[in-house]
Amino acid sequence: MHGALILYTLIALFPVFVIVINSFKKRKSIFREPLSLPDAGSFSLVGYETVLKQGEFFSYFQNSMIVTVVSLFFILLFGAMAAFALSEYRFPGNKWMGLYLALGIMIPIRIGTVAILELMVSTGLVNTLTALILVYIAQGLPLAVFILSEFMHQVSDDLKNAARVDGLSEYTIFFRIVLPLVRPAMATVAVFNMIPIWNDLWFPLILAPAEATKTLTLGSQVFIGQYVTNWNAVLSALSMAILPVLILYVIFSRQLIRGITSGAVK
Amino acid sequence: MIALSLNGVNKYFGKTQVLKDIDISIEDGEFVVFVGPSGCGKSTLLRIIAGLEDASSGSVSIAGQDVTYEAPSKRGIAMVFQSYALYPHLNVKGNMSLALKQEKQSKDVIEQRIAKAAQMLNLESYLNRFPSELSGGQRQRVAIGRAIVREPTLFLFDEPLSNLDAALRMNTRLEIANLHKQLATTMVYVTHDQTEAMTLADKIVVLRDGVVEQTGTPMELYNDPRNQFVAGFLGAPSMNFLPASVFNATDDRTLGVRPEDLFIDEAGPISAQVNHVEQLGGDTNLIVRMDERQLTLRLFGQHHIAEDSRIRLNFANEKAYYFDANGNRA
Ligand SMILES: Nc1ncnc2c1ncn2[C@@H]1O[C@H](COP(=O)(O)OP(=O)(O)O)[C@@H](O)[C@H]1O
Ligand SMILES: [Mg+2]
Repeated sequence: MHGALILYTLIALFPVFVIVINSFKKRKSIFREPLSLPDAGSFSLVGYETVLKQGEFFSYFQNSMIVTVVSLFFILLFGAMAAFALSEYRFPGNKWMGLYLALGIMIPIRIGTVAILELMVSTGLVNTLTALILVYIAQGLPLAVFILSEFMHQVSDDLKNAARVDGLSEYTIFFRIVLPLVRPAMATVAVFNMIPIWNDLWFPLILAPAEATKTLTLGSQVFIGQYVTNWNAVLSALSMAILPVLILYVIFSRQLIRGITSGAVK
Repeated sequence: MIALSLNGVNKYFGKTQVLKDIDISIEDGEFVVFVGPSGCGKSTLLRIIAGLEDASSGSVSIAGQDVTYEAPSKRGIAMVFQSYALYPHLNVKGNMSLALKQEKQSKDVIEQRIAKAAQMLNLESYLNRFPSELSGGQRQRVAIGRAIVREPTLFLFDEPLSNLDAALRMNTRLEIANLHKQLATTMVYVTHDQTEAMTLADKIVVLRDGVVEQTGTPMELYNDPRNQFVAGFLGAPSMNFLPASVFNATDDRTLGVRPEDLFIDEAGPISAQVNHVEQLGGDTNLIVRMDERQLTLRLFGQHHIAEDSRIRLNFANEKAYYFDANGNRA
């Protein structure tokens, strides 16, 4: 069992490993011996220099960070609120509303790209981070609502009722009692949403391709040319793009593991 | 003074009616137990009293005030839940003080009430622990403490002992009885366990399928049950039922005899075979077969009776209860 998991981990991490080692090598060594570690002869920081000198890199990085963090925040906030309403209150159409929201999981948002673009043009949001954030919130909400409402069903009714008897308002119950109890589920939703948003190329390219609003993934494309690709720069940019995701992941992961195994272990 | 009155309370979940025309009136200071099999609507009724659930029709008054449309926290009630429902992220003190902080009580009042409740419930050394660091019995006491500190006019208990083991259940039952003596506050207590009902209640309300079957003191219900359901539900082991035609061919009623009212008598009219003997030390329960029917006998003291032996049984006629085809006393 452990052997299989270790093998899987190695396979999954191998491409990342190759990207990182090659980002520290000279162009020639990348092609000649792509799998060897950088040594005195092949070591070079030229990729990183190119990327950092490009100047725009930090602005791209900042854009990606803003888009990802703000989108995640609102996905979690609105997703949790909707999930709470769906799981806690009996109202006509409750079931249908839940189903309607869950439908979004199966329909990729990219199908609506043309309509979204038209909408953004007419609202003047093209080439703003707001456009990206709005789209990502819409993209992330269905799964967030679905997962969180499952978890909120599990929060004991007695606990919420005890809080009501104690005089807590519904908002206080939501923020102070229920949210802390579904934190593992929130972390799960955050991780599931974070990576597609961070890595997305489609919407930044279509909705916000301007220099000022380019995200990191889009910005890295300048190094990929039609005829010549600056592999040093591409690999260095990718290596650096992995870092923040890694940091966010570590923050969420302790919660995540509990989220996935909760219910299995009581 | 009337502490609580329910007037014509009905409750539907969708199309199913779970409470039918409930009228109950409870005097100040009474300990009232709602008892009935699981699923009969006890918890729903309690939640309606608490304001956690709306009645489909009818009204609820507490201490003379109509509170049908009042929020739970404005009803002057405190509730203890079956699953304890302690706030997992607050320690014992935090759990007990939350409602008081919400009411904007002063720090001194909060401290003083917590100290008093903690002393009453032997929780003084646990005030800084979190619920996950407490045993089941301790959690239950914290849940009770959280109710006490609010100094409510009405306590509501929803099966508070059902998650405890047998020994602890008996102790906690005594503690709750003592608590009622000390506080002299009205208490409404819900359980499916007839022993808890008999031992705790000033007044028992027997519920079945959302209907009040009978109301009265434990002994009134025991000695004078209105119907076969109440007769069979209260008392352990429960009452034996036989067709009266066994003794009188023209009688189509059902005969009920309590296990302790049956006795062994060489000249008795019932012939039975001993199936099983339960020696409890103080008591002996005999489970016997009479034709296809099973009867239970409760004898005081220790008796050595061989299994599979044949015995004859008798009972005093004035100890017999008769029920008609609808289960009503006849
Ligand atoms: N929220 C609800 N929705 C639908 N039916 C319910 C709900 N709560 C309780 N019931 C039904 O009402 C009946 C009474 O439930 P309850 O009051 O919990 O019974 P008890 O506490 O006596 O065991 C049960 O048949 C139960 O299935
Ligand atoms: Mg119940």
